[in-house]
Amino acid sequence: MNTISKNDKALLMFVGIVAVLAPFLLNPFPADSAMAQFNAGYPDLMQRFAIFGILAIGFNILFGLTGYLSFGHAAFLGVGSYSAVWMLKLLTMNIIPALILSVIIAGLFSLLIGFISLRRSGIYFSILTLAFAQMSFSLAYSVLTPITNGETGLQLTLDDPRILDAANTTGNLPVTGLFGLEMRDTFTLDIGAWAFQFNIGYYVCAAFLLLAFYLSIRIFRSPFGLMLRAIKTNQTRLNYTGLNSRPYTLAAFVISGMYAGLAGGLMASMDPLAGAERMQWTASGEIVLMTILGGTGTLLGPVLGAGFIKYFENIFSKINESVLHGWFSLLPDGLENVIVWVLHFFVGKGWHLTLGLMFMLIVTFLPGGLMEGWTRIRNKIRGDKGGGASPSSDAATTPAE
Amino acid sequence: MGILEVQNVNKSFGGLKALQNVNLDIEEGTIHAIIGPNGAGKSTLLNCFVGKLIPDTGTVMFDGHSLLGRKPHEINQIGVSRVFQTPEIFSDLTVAENVLIPCFAKRDGAFTLNALARVSGETDVREKAEQMLIDVSMQDKKDMIASSLSRGDKRRLEMAMCLSQDPKLLLLDEPTAGMARADTNNTIELLAEIQERRHITMAVIEHDMHVVFSLAQKISVLAQGTVIVEDLPENIKGHPKVQEAYLGVAT
Repeated sequence: MNTISKNDKALLMFVGIVAVLAPFLLNPFPADSAMAQFNAGYPDLMQRFAIFGILAIGFNILFGLTGYLSFGHAAFLGVGSYSAVWMLKLLTMNIIPALILSVIIAGLFSLLIGFISLRRSGIYFSILTLAFAQMSFSLAYSVLTPITNGETGLQLTLDDPRILDAANTTGNLPVTGLFGLEMRDTFTLDIGAWAFQFNIGYYVCAAFLLLAFYLSIRIFRSPFGLMLRAIKTNQTRLNYTGLNSRPYTLAAFVISGMYAGLAGGLMASMDPLAGAERMQWTASGEIVLMTILGGTGTLLGPVLGAGFIKYFENIFSKINESVLHGWFSLLPDGLENVIVWVLHFFVGKGWHLTLGLMFMLIVTFLPGGLMEGWTRIRNKIRGDKGGGASPSSDAATTPAE
Repeated sequence: MGILEVQNVNKSFGGLKALQNVNLDIEEGTIHAIIGPNGAGKSTLLNCFVGKLIPDTGTVMFDGHSLLGRKPHEINQIGVSRVFQTPEIFSDLTVAENVLIPCFAKRDGAFTLNALARVSGETDVREKAEQMLIDVSMQDKKDMIASSLSRGDKRRLEMAMCLSQDPKLLLLDEPTAGMARADTNNTIELLAEIQERRHITMAVIEHDMHVVFSLAQKISVLAQGTVIVEDLPENIKGHPKVQEAYLGVAT
């Protein structure tokens, strides 16, 4: 009775396999080749894929199911980060207490914000959450400096108490770990020209991603998830059906806040510092983008969206003018300069422009995000059933719109 | 003793007196029709029953509970279901899910955090929902998205959703508005059958006199916010006050 259906199991297995093999899958180009800069299989970025995947999955539980668009989710991410760093400073460098505290604090914080914001719906709800997040950001930046260390950001220092750890005599900052495993430990496997990196921190993040994904499947398929979807489609009917929508939306808000707290905690566990800019509205907006880009209300979509955006952020932003000149060096000089001049707006610091264009194209032509693209391709392959194919038989997409 | 007792209810919107001293008594197990010309206050009265509006003065008692000050979901939990003038259904969900939701609401109450249960595992609720769909002969449409149903089917679905909760009182706001004659007759049959089989008390607001006189066991006529006549159907037809309300004063 409490097992999950075949399709969902297949989906979970798929995500699991991709997560385990990510160091191979994201590293398709030999280390010294010209294409190596498109490789995403290095620990830093893979950790970010997993962490932002968790964040987007959590956001999707709120936005995808209930339709309440929160514009302040970065606040929970930031709160999670701060709590985790404090645990690392005061208690131990083991990440488990840090993660537990960050989830709890983010949960409490979202309970408070949700309790107030959920009195309104639609645009007013979005504005309220945005206001709370910006308020948190400003407070973290100024008044709360004793807790957040203001502009500098909260960092580890040598004279932190760390009461559970043995005294640190090395003179170096300790590193985060999980019962002896160091998060930064990386094993490099050289096969021919390829260098595959296996990082402990990444696998810890990936394990949490799988857990988060599994929980989200359970929530999507539960009666609770059904009620959340009912809220999105018709609140009036829900009220006249004997259900009070407020506790449901609040529960969804807190759950997604806890997901964000976990993501924030993991972020701090991988790289033990927390800054206020993590709570800024641009960060909140990014979460919304990820979810919409991947496919709102689908299980896999948000993870894809998170990966997509993080890939662009990290890969496209590294391409600079000299790299472009390198690519087009075979062309005549004049033409080369023109092409590089045009393209340099889209790469390097201009990667946001590329992302913006991609977002526009996807939202215009695939309103259901990347997942809709995938469903369309699959329907084409299966023999063109046309647009009206029943979505209920679909493993990954529950009817989103 | 009626199941729903309305006493001296007044409601004004600004200067407009929508309801004036309305008294109404709906007997258990009957179909009670509330008719009246447009603007007579029928919908306002219905909204006072379900918690959407609170009367300025007066009492509304249902089955021993006062309905005043209760929220719509609380009123539903004590046994009042409502069918709307334009069908209010979960249009993005499938027909089966639409019926599942009220079944869960009936079993679990206003809120349960059953986030780790599975819809497919809750066999008792599913069986009940499926039986309900068979009762309204919609089982072949159960995997359709509700928004793609015809208008008549949407109404039928909404009725199924209300009935799946075994309400003690079913409020119907123009259940046949905008329906073709054949569909209207189907609805009449459906309602009559439900009444016969489940003995649910119903209050029907209706403009279509064909529906009213085929179903109602008692009729209240509302005009300008007051009940002018409350009587058996056969006495209503030729009643001078009713004709006056509908057709104006005979000159």
